Amino acid sequence: MSINRTPVSYWPLGQNERPWRAIDARTTPGIGVRLKLVSTPEQLTPEPGLRTVEDGGARAAATGEIRLEGVSKFYGDVTVIDDLTLDIEPGSFYALLGPSGCGKTTTLRMIGGFEVPSVGTVHLDGHDVTNLPPNKRAVNTVFQSYALFPHLTVAKNVAFGMERKGVNKAEIKRRTAEALESVQLAHLAERRPAALSGGQQQRVALARALVNRPGALLLDEPLGALDLRLRRQLQVEIKKVQQEVGITFVHVTHDQEEAMTMADVIAVMNRGKIEQAGSARELYDYPSTAFVANFLGQSNLVKASITGTDGDSSVAETHDGQKFKVPTGRVAATTGELAVGVRPEKVWISELDALDREERRCNRIRATVITSAFLGVSLEYHVKTPGGDELIVTVQNNARDQVDWLADGTEVELSWEPDHTFVVKVGADV
Amino acid sequence: MFKNRQRLIPWYFALPGLLWLIVFFGIPLINQANVSLMTGDPEAGYELTWAFSNYTDAISEYWPQIRRSLGYAFVATVIALVIAFPLAYFIAYKAGRWKGFLLLMVVLPFFMSQVLRTVSWQLLLTDNGWIVARLRDIGLLADDGRILATSTAVIGGIAYNYLPFMVLPLYASLERLDRRLLEAATDLYASRATAFRKVTVPLATPGLFAGSLLVFIPATGDFINAALLGSTKQYMVGNVIQSNFLTILDFPTAAALSFLLIGIILVGVVLYSAILGTKTLTEAAG
Repeated sequence: MSINRTPVSYWPLGQNERPWRAIDARTTPGIGVRLKLVSTPEQLTPEPGLRTVEDGGARAAATGEIRLEGVSKFYGDVTVIDDLTLDIEPGSFYALLGPSGCGKTTTLRMIGGFEVPSVGTVHLDGHDVTNLPPNKRAVNTVFQSYALFPHLTVAKNVAFGMERKGVNKAEIKRRTAEALESVQLAHLAERRPAALSGGQQQRVALARALVNRPGALLLDEPLGALDLRLRRQLQVEIKKVQQEVGITFVHVTHDQEEAMTMADVIAVMNRGKIEQAGSARELYDYPSTAFVANFLGQSNLVKASITGTDGDSSVAETHDGQKFKVPTGRVAATTGELAVGVRPEKVWISELDALDREERRCNRIRATVITSAFLGVSLEYHVKTPGGDELIVTVQNNARDQVDWLADGTEVELSWEPDHTFVVKVGADV
Repeated sequence: MFKNRQRLIPWYFALPGLLWLIVFFGIPLINQANVSLMTGDPEAGYELTWAFSNYTDAISEYWPQIRRSLGYAFVATVIALVIAFPLAYFIAYKAGRWKGFLLLMVVLPFFMSQVLRTVSWQLLLTDNGWIVARLRDIGLLADDGRILATSTAVIGGIAYNYLPFMVLPLYASLERLDRRLLEAATDLYASRATAFRKVTVPLATPGLFAGSLLVFIPATGDFINAALLGSTKQYMVGNVIQSNFLTILDFPTAAALSFLLIGIILVGVVLYSAILGTKTLTEAAG
């Protein structure tokens, strides 16, 4: 963990939020110094990790490792979490991404202690905490819509956790003030949460959790209630906070862009299971299931089977007999229901026979333009293949790549590099 | 022109209520203020003499009853609160699909006249009744002890009669409480007991405040419970006002007592909200 970081405000201000604070921070030495607090070693070192609050004395090295082992959760006949095992590396920013009802929030709540798994165990830093209540776990949560105490001032909200832990008054006061300054809300310390804007409340919730120096921070759709612009801005800010405090963040979201912006590791969840976990890049370039291929970005998927493998190269044959080359490394499975896919931006579209042999990519298919739309940064074509599959092709709006706007009904040829082709497992729900 | 009309619309809506208030509250109030300053006797009639001494006389003559009224009302309010809080808590959080039924049970006594209900208690607590006999058996009551005609009976009757006024606002407050706040409290290292003390109770304070006023105010002026469950030794200011108005026909004293009661309650409520109100609003759980 780097200690000699340059002093930075880790809450750069939004253009529309009290700009004079930003000026203060840069021109007033006092404030500038205090904003450094997040970078001081003391602040950066979480309290002895995810040990349970009770086993006080033993100062184990702070890690922030989270492990769920064979966890299932049933509500009556409904299986919400289905035999889930996951490992979260200490200090990583881990996103649980999935549609509503996929079990991501339940998973987070089991880590926080608000739900007890029906089967399986939850480990924090190697300790089994499965049956410990939330107040005995050294993790803190930023709740969806914040759950700030409406009867307490902002400062009292932030102090709440420290008061319960019996931190002495002088230190509570000091750390509360520091935490509020670090989120640039010191001037609102004596206000009630109701008097704050959504973005400000979000920051209070973050300060209220982080001030306790937890081993890990759990965030349950923390930006869901904010408008797009503020959300974008806070995504970057929260990511920055995580890098500075260096503790594990587990972030639940249904917004793929948010997960990609913030997380080191994204676990895509569907129907109580993790479909695939990895970096945004891995998931995007090497999706292993149709669900992942479509949840993270868009994909063109056509039902297919693997008909041959020759070293690094395999051949996928679609249901209508088209053959495509695929790098063997991008074939997620060779048996079961499969689909061959390519991302819309990887496909070249041209009028039939308009390209020279050299210009053509190796994987080719004929199609007809059904409809198209101008999206500013790109043109999006919807085309239909002879086999009846509807595919999407996006063409960057730059003079380099294109070509005129192809009219509806145009007979076209789609072509793409075999390297951009992948084969995924098809689940029950494509 | 059109705009003016629109601005007047809310007033039209308020008009029936305002008229009602003026005719049945404002005018009688002024009339009684007038009466409270009269002198005379029932035979010859009363006449306005600006006799402010009516007030001081009423205080010195009926101070025990005034004090008793406030004391009884206070104790009854506390009892109602002690019973109502767990009840409201249970209905709000634990009753599940029985919620509606239980709320109905709370208000069901209102379907019957208060006098009738209090008479029922009189029958239940009578000296040679089953309850008193059992209490004597187990030694909770001396062999010649009784419940009827004691302050216990009167206070108990008041607490019973006004209990729903405490339960309903408390229930409303608790029901409205965002359960995630309790999760947030436990997330921030509060035990369930501490979460209850630091979050549930402060957030139920508006209901507690409303309920206490709704019980205390009518309880102070209550005369039915003292009349039916007590003796002259338990008479409250309400009984005195009633007998002065209807039996002795000493209207000025009765009117003066009424105004004293209004004044005392007003002062009490203002003090109460000043203490509790500002406390909850600024510094509650601190």
